[in-house]
Amino acid sequence: MKPAPFAYHAPDSLDEALALLEAHGEDAQILAGGQSLMPMLALRMAAPACLIDINRIASLRRLEETDEALRVGACVRHAELLRHAASVPHWSLVAACLREVAHPGIRNRGTPCGSIALADPAAEAPALAVALDASIHLASRRGERRIAVGDFFLGIYETAREADEMIVAVSFPRPGADWRFGFEEIARRRGDYALAGLCAGLKVVDGRIEQARLVFFGVGDRPMRADEAEAILCGGDPADAQLRARAAEAAMARIEVSGSAEYGVAYKRHLAGVLTGRVLARLAEAGGA
Amino acid sequence: MTAPDPRPGEIGRPRPRAESRRLLAGRGRYASDENRPGQLHACFLRSPHAHAAIHRIDREAALAHPGVAAVLLWEDLASVCKPWRTVSGAFPGLASPTQYPLASGRVAWQGEPVALVLAHSRAVAEDAAELVAVDYEPLPAQADYRSALEPDAVLAHPAMKDNIAWTMDVAAGDVDAAFASAALVVEDEIVFTRHTGVPLEPRTVLAAPDAASGELTVRISHQMPHQLQLHLAEFLDMPMSAVKVSTGDVGGGFGIKMHVYPDEIAICAAARLLGRPVKFVADRIESMIADVHAREHVVRARMAVDGEGMITAFDIRDLHGLGAYSVYPRSSTMETVMALRPIGAAYRYGAWRAHADVILQNKAVTGQYRSVGHPIATTVTERLVDRAARALGRDPLAFRRANYMRPQDMPVTNPAGLRLLDLSHEACLDRLVELIDYDALKAEIEAENANGRLLGLGFAAFVEMTASGTEAYGRAGVKVAAVDTVTLMLEPDGSLKAAASVCEIGQGISQGLRQIIAEGVGLSPDRISLSLGDTATSPHGGGAWASRGAAIGGEAAWGAARRLREEILAAAAALLQCAPDTLDIADGAIVDAAGRERMGLRELAETVYFRGYELPQGVQPQLSVAHSWRRERDAAVPTNGIQASLVEIDAETGLVRCLKHWVVEDCGRIVNPLLVDEQIRGGVAQGIGAALFEACRYDGEGQFVTGTLADYLLPMAGEMPDVVVAHVETPYSGSVIGAKGAGEAGTCGAGAAVLNAINDALARRGASISETPATPELVLRALGRLAPEAEP
Repeated sequence: MKPAPFAYHAPDSLDEALALLEAHGEDAQILAGGQSLMPMLALRMAAPACLIDINRIASLRRLEETDEALRVGACVRHAELLRHAASVPHWSLVAACLREVAHPGIRNRGTPCGSIALADPAAEAPALAVALDASIHLASRRGERRIAVGDFFLGIYETAREADEMIVAVSFPRPGADWRFGFEEIARRRGDYALAGLCAGLKVVDGRIEQARLVFFGVGDRPMRADEAEAILCGGDPADAQLRARAAEAAMARIEVSGSAEYGVAYKRHLAGVLTGRVLARLAEAGGA
Repeated sequence: MTAPDPRPGEIGRPRPRAESRRLLAGRGRYASDENRPGQLHACFLRSPHAHAAIHRIDREAALAHPGVAAVLLWEDLASVCKPWRTVSGAFPGLASPTQYPLASGRVAWQGEPVALVLAHSRAVAEDAAELVAVDYEPLPAQADYRSALEPDAVLAHPAMKDNIAWTMDVAAGDVDAAFASAALVVEDEIVFTRHTGVPLEPRTVLAAPDAASGELTVRISHQMPHQLQLHLAEFLDMPMSAVKVSTGDVGGGFGIKMHVYPDEIAICAAARLLGRPVKFVADRIESMIADVHAREHVVRARMAVDGEGMITAFDIRDLHGLGAYSVYPRSSTMETVMALRPIGAAYRYGAWRAHADVILQNKAVTGQYRSVGHPIATTVTERLVDRAARALGRDPLAFRRANYMRPQDMPVTNPAGLRLLDLSHEACLDRLVELIDYDALKAEIEAENANGRLLGLGFAAFVEMTASGTEAYGRAGVKVAAVDTVTLMLEPDGSLKAAASVCEIGQGISQGLRQIIAEGVGLSPDRISLSLGDTATSPHGGGAWASRGAAIGGEAAWGAARRLREEILAAAAALLQCAPDTLDIADGAIVDAAGRERMGLRELAETVYFRGYELPQGVQPQLSVAHSWRRERDAAVPTNGIQASLVEIDAETGLVRCLKHWVVEDCGRIVNPLLVDEQIRGGVAQGIGAALFEACRYDGEGQFVTGTLADYLLPMAGEMPDVVVAHVETPYSGSVIGAKGAGEAGTCGAGAAVLNAINDALARRGASISETPATPELVLRALGRLAPEAEP
């Protein structure tokens, strides 16, 4: 298990990195934390002609919080974001979600932006981004653009990123105090990719659900929003057990599911219902996660 | 021979392993740490097909790749290496075709080595392997062993008339009458999914030929270097004296590293052919696909119980998926026998019948893996026992106790042909009841279940046949050493230099043997250097298999120690002009009857080695001794114990968590309780893995789908419960020390206890499962929470 030969570049500036990306396009891979890329190289599931290591680019290491948003640079590690989020109540979903990303060693090197760029449908960070309505900041020699996360994930390992673009940051808009968040994932072993997981958010105003986001991972070919279930919830009372049961039923029945060799479609669907029921039950009372 | 002093001494002392400090500091010397100038690195091109004819192999492009030294096929190796075929007198009629180090015209399992690419680095060898063009003609693959016996079944080997490798039929007592007159018959069909051992250190070999001496030096991660030396000499047509095999540190074996592997033989043959050192380190994917797998069985078993609630008979049918070949030299069918004969062994019963069909498949070869066969026997037995207890409304432990083989019933050869003696079932059960605080635990489980949780408690009594003696393979004509030898020498500074034929593979036997020698001679174990695992320095013997280290190697060590002690005392007595029997050795010094020091061991050794003229005429001290030990009775040493497991099922997701696990076992005299406890715990981890997680899965085409550790789930620290270990010590009556095998007992019973615990929980909802691993989908289906589905 040795990688196929590749050229290695470690630029000091974003400009240099983008120039390399422009030159190599599809043949290049960005190396940030390497927690998915390195095993894929070793297994020869990926054989890029060149690696562009962005770890020397200081600007990508920034983690910045303003009143409006939390901006996470491409080289910010899961562990750094987790530490920050765990200290602030409004990022409870970020903290709950990142705690379940693999093991500490992987969180110390792996990055949320890398996970989003890879778009593994079983990973936590893409679903987290969808649940929080994040924006993805893409840069290329052609300039920078910001894309809504809802338009970013297209399928398994497939995103709206162009070959000459890289993710420089993801920004999470700060949720208002009227949002409640919940998270749960189901895995055979601690730290594994989830068989199914749910990032959930409810905006509750005067005891009524104004907005709902139920985002599943490990279930479909990308982070999946349970639109029907969300629609059922909107306008209802989060403490209404029957409402929650109907939402869980809808999530189970209507979510788009891809089975795997080991876990069938029916099981994944079942888990979607279980997760919806469990997480919403916890969101019945203010607090959450 | 004098038995060890029953007072607290070195034998039985909980000493930490001397090697731990070095290994934990990263100073281990594993095979992959070894390098030779000019060595070539190997990459095997392995078959992507489960079954295919090979019409042509074009290696030109690979040979032209910069850095590549050779691309070898079987036709190249054939000039220096013979193929092999597994035959055994123990398995008459065994059908297993000839095996080659590299494929000869046909591949019969996915992962079979086809070509060997040798280059100046592994990476270059892997690059070049991609350039080897093989013209395969895919053939139908025999991958579903349940249909393998049908008349039109796909053949794993087209030259054979069917897929049957071997059939076993054994019966004793009147089984039909027992079932006809039974008050209760319980039965089950239990599916065991293939799994494997997954040692942390993969198989690794560095073979270096010496042009000057003609010798071949092989450094390999292996459990039995002497046996490999013998086979290499045979296959490569060399005298054994010219083949030197050593292991260094070994990072786990579990039975995986005791077989003849085509890839390892190909490396040694390539080194001979090219006259250059060749190194191969299996990566994790090739370990998963090409290490021996084990335990693919469907066992249908019935148990008869009479009106008194006594077990009277077992009737068993087994379908055993063997893989493409029967492993060399021991034969994979050893697992069949050991999966069946121990069924019922903890209990008194009168009649026993077993039929097994052992099936060849286009899948990886299976072989002996920790606690060979026994976990299957234990699971089958204990499932039936639990079913019977439940049907009779009896407490599961009370039912076991009533049926146990009691001390007064032994020694006995039971109907399945097992020689049973020195077992302590009731004592172990008593200890377990105390350990788990049975009544309180039951009450706690009831209370939690009343609160909506789903907990279950399961038990598994077990008998394990350990430390196989000389009959196991000897009568079958298979050259496997079951005698072990220890050599022992007094060094001039009063320390000891020892070598043994048993092997250290991480289990700690090196520490155990030093403690035995220390007590036998009368000095501290840290005064003993012990070399193991090197055919150039240690005597021929068994290595590490069947938990033999303490039970057989320990006897050899004790014998060598006592001989050396006698020699030392005789020399000392001559110098001190007293009778030897008035002297003793304590703490490394020669003492008199009152315990007063008369002479240090160093002083004695210096006199003998440097000032021999001071010795009286006619005194020739033999300060180098060798002692061999073969057991003269009992084909194997039976051990016993009982395990309990507490599990929780998440009835919504089907996930099972093992909350706590207990083991009470009797491995006879314990040489070092720390070593034994950790062997038990490690074994339990592998049993829990089998019950809940581990599965080597193939699709219908024989494609292996669990080739990474993301797919093949091992229990990790997060999945392991606390494992509480306790002992009953019933020394084996046929040896001086009385130790029995301890290394496999954890694996023997853990999976059965976990499955019984799951079923104890499921029974509360009127459900049960009879398959391992207990995947969440299986559990949910049993609970009726998930409809059966046809889709994958």
